Amino acid sequence: MNKTVLAAALAALVALPLVGHSKTLTWSSQGDFMTLDPHAQNENLIITASSYVYEPLVDYNKDFQLTPALATSWEQLEPTVWRFTLREGVKFHDGAPFTADDVVFSIHRAMAPTSNFKAYVNGIDKAVKVDDKTVDIITTAPNPVLLRQLTNVFIMNKDWSEKNKAQQPQDFNKNEETYSSRNTNGTGPYKVKSREVDVRTVFVENEEWWNKGNKVGNVTEVIYVPIKQNATRTAALLSGEVDLVLDPPAQDLQRLRQQAKVVEGNEYRTIYLGLDQKSPELKYSSIKGKNPFADQRVREALYVAIDIEAIKKAVMRGSSAPTGTMIAPQVHGYTKELAQRLPYNPDRAKELLKEAGYDNSLTFTLDCPNDRYINDEAICQAIVGMWAKVGVKANLNAMPRATYFPKVQNYDSSAYMFGWGVPTFDALYTLQSLMHSKGEGADGSFNFGNYNNAEVDTLIDQIKTETDTAKRDAAIHKVLEIHAKEVGHIPLHDQIIPWAMAKKVDVIHRADNRMAAQWVTVQ
Amino acid sequence: MLVFIIRRLIQAVLVMLTVSLLAFVLFRYIGDPVTIMLGQDATEQDRVELRASLGLDQPAPVQFGRFVGQAVKGEFGLSLRQAQPVSTLLKERLPATVELSVVAAILALLIGLPLGVYTALKRNGFMAQSILAFSLLGISLPTFLIGILLILIFSVQLGWLPSYGRGEVLKFGWWSTGLLSWDGIKHLILPAITLCLFQLTLILRLVRSEMLEVLRADYIKFARARGLSQRAIHFGHALKNTMVPVITITGLQLGGIIAFAIVTETVFQWPGMGLLFIQAVQFADIPVMAAYLCLIALVFVVINLLVDLLYFLVDPRLRTQLSGAKGH
Repeated sequence: MNKTVLAAALAALVALPLVGHSKTLTWSSQGDFMTLDPHAQNENLIITASSYVYEPLVDYNKDFQLTPALATSWEQLEPTVWRFTLREGVKFHDGAPFTADDVVFSIHRAMAPTSNFKAYVNGIDKAVKVDDKTVDIITTAPNPVLLRQLTNVFIMNKDWSEKNKAQQPQDFNKNEETYSSRNTNGTGPYKVKSREVDVRTVFVENEEWWNKGNKVGNVTEVIYVPIKQNATRTAALLSGEVDLVLDPPAQDLQRLRQQAKVVEGNEYRTIYLGLDQKSPELKYSSIKGKNPFADQRVREALYVAIDIEAIKKAVMRGSSAPTGTMIAPQVHGYTKELAQRLPYNPDRAKELLKEAGYDNSLTFTLDCPNDRYINDEAICQAIVGMWAKVGVKANLNAMPRATYFPKVQNYDSSAYMFGWGVPTFDALYTLQSLMHSKGEGADGSFNFGNYNNAEVDTLIDQIKTETDTAKRDAAIHKVLEIHAKEVGHIPLHDQIIPWAMAKKVDVIHRADNRMAAQWVTVQ
Repeated sequence: MLVFIIRRLIQAVLVMLTVSLLAFVLFRYIGDPVTIMLGQDATEQDRVELRASLGLDQPAPVQFGRFVGQAVKGEFGLSLRQAQPVSTLLKERLPATVELSVVAAILALLIGLPLGVYTALKRNGFMAQSILAFSLLGISLPTFLIGILLILIFSVQLGWLPSYGRGEVLKFGWWSTGLLSWDGIKHLILPAITLCLFQLTLILRLVRSEMLEVLRADYIKFARARGLSQRAIHFGHALKNTMVPVITITGLQLGGIIAFAIVTETVFQWPGMGLLFIQAVQFADIPVMAAYLCLIALVFVVINLLVDLLYFLVDPRLRTQLSGAKGH
């Protein structure tokens, strides 16, 4: 392949003497993009690929502040009406001009029944074209996180989609593959040049990109290769066949630090324990006739019995950020005060357990995934050991994610470990899913321990529509405070994720674990 | 002959049915694809709908009946992971696995055969003993370890050969080949060596012991007595008679190579059917796993059938029976 690239590069040099240095970035992680349809699957790797090709109206900068993308400005005409002014002179990869029709089409496409991006158009009633360069988005109720949601809604070309019968997002249930799952036509910095599923996907620079002048990186060709096997992925990086590995195996990090480069950063994902506090009797426990986790003292005892610094040191080898709250620092609503942990105190834990009447008698099963989060099983093992010291006997039940998630999502667990990321970078996403009591839609959809507090519910419902930032923030803080006081969940730490790369590669690490190729510089 | 063929065909169908039942039952219990297919924001309603539209809510016998009916037509439904027909996926992956397996088999033969002959002829030579000792490694080291070792030495340390993937491929219709470009061949070397090592040692040891056996036979002694040259004895008489069992074993092993290419393909990220299978397992992609198992079973069944039929050509007794029947 190198020869072909070389030949192609030489040919290009002869044909276009003015072309600058072309830089290729080959990067790898475990799995492949499941589709190239930008509205079909809400999965991080797919969104990464989509973001090379497609663009949203509003985007994040490297600090996760909102920045104009296909929309140059926006204003809120009424609490439920947002007006977006679209960028002039933007062209799709096939040369078609970008207009309001495309925006209206794409937003409605993301709202379609087959879309997996409904969370990002949640609360949108419709999009209306005002003129060619102006679009109104009308929400069913005031929506303070609309702009943050829109960062994940990619804009497609209406005519292209209609011509290729891709008006609906690809449906994973139907026995057909849509044109848009293999072909793309966006406005973004790269075009898809070739795609071989599970083998390699090649992106080339979009010469006509409107933002080319402000481009941070210098990569003109991006090659993505999935490499499933940990050892092979590391070897490919060390041998120089791959420039960057998104998910280097933990056991290789030391070596990679020496022979290559490792960049680490906080992920927006918080690891925590959930406890079933509602069932009249725990399903997996020796205690019969009552639910010990319904007792706040027991939850608190389990919390303070965990020596999180020891886990950070021994299990995570320093690569974790212990936290006392359920959201990561990048997420809107986070404060340092709220993130204070209850101090580690095994004596206090014993006291609390004694008070609650479970002196050396509490037995239950802790469910844990073993292939989802960084060192997930090892963390659970450590916690079980710490609990044993205060007289709590927890049986560890670790399993692969394919069996773990269905089990937990069927409420078939008394105590479990989970990790929660926040793609909108707003606390509501966490509050609504984890702390609201089970209700419609996203309300309580991941509240598997059935944490329930009427005041919290009311506050969260208020946060959903409150547009006064100060009031809204106060409500968020209040919820986090109540939840922490009641020990609704036991927060552990925010993940720190390493990216490994060749020394010649400079990246901007992102908390959402998306490898933004347009921000990469290759020397 | 016809009765024989029909009987063997019925057996083959029964084997296939059993395998597909096994595949089906096994994979019903390995996890729930729905949860993985839907992101973390999916509602309960989404889950129920998806389950219904995939037919996962129906009773098991109904699902199995539908599965077999479709499978006969070569339809294994849609991959849950890639949303493509499974038959298309397998067809895309088949060339990679076949090329790797065939090259590995040829390598095993080309190297194993002469080494086997050599070690038999120079039974007590230093070289022969070293080769035998080395061949023990090939049998006892797990494929996974061999692959990783080769990568460490030839890709990471020496930088001679690529560590993953298939390199540049040329397409002829749906068949893709990496054999026609230097890049493709370079990518093939390490995986092919890894995959062939076990077969190679097997053939080496088989040829050696058969050859030793034959060399002790009376007709070799007579040949020697008649004053034939060593060369004529070894290659004209001895080797020829060694080949029959070797060919049978090699034929049967080809099915094994294709089936057990899984490990090699995983280590080298070789885009064949084995890798597809491993990725399917991780995703609980039931249609792909079931189709793969059935396909591999089919390969074995067909090869066995062919071997049985070949005996007609090889075994003179069966042939006389047949011509006798014709004569009447």
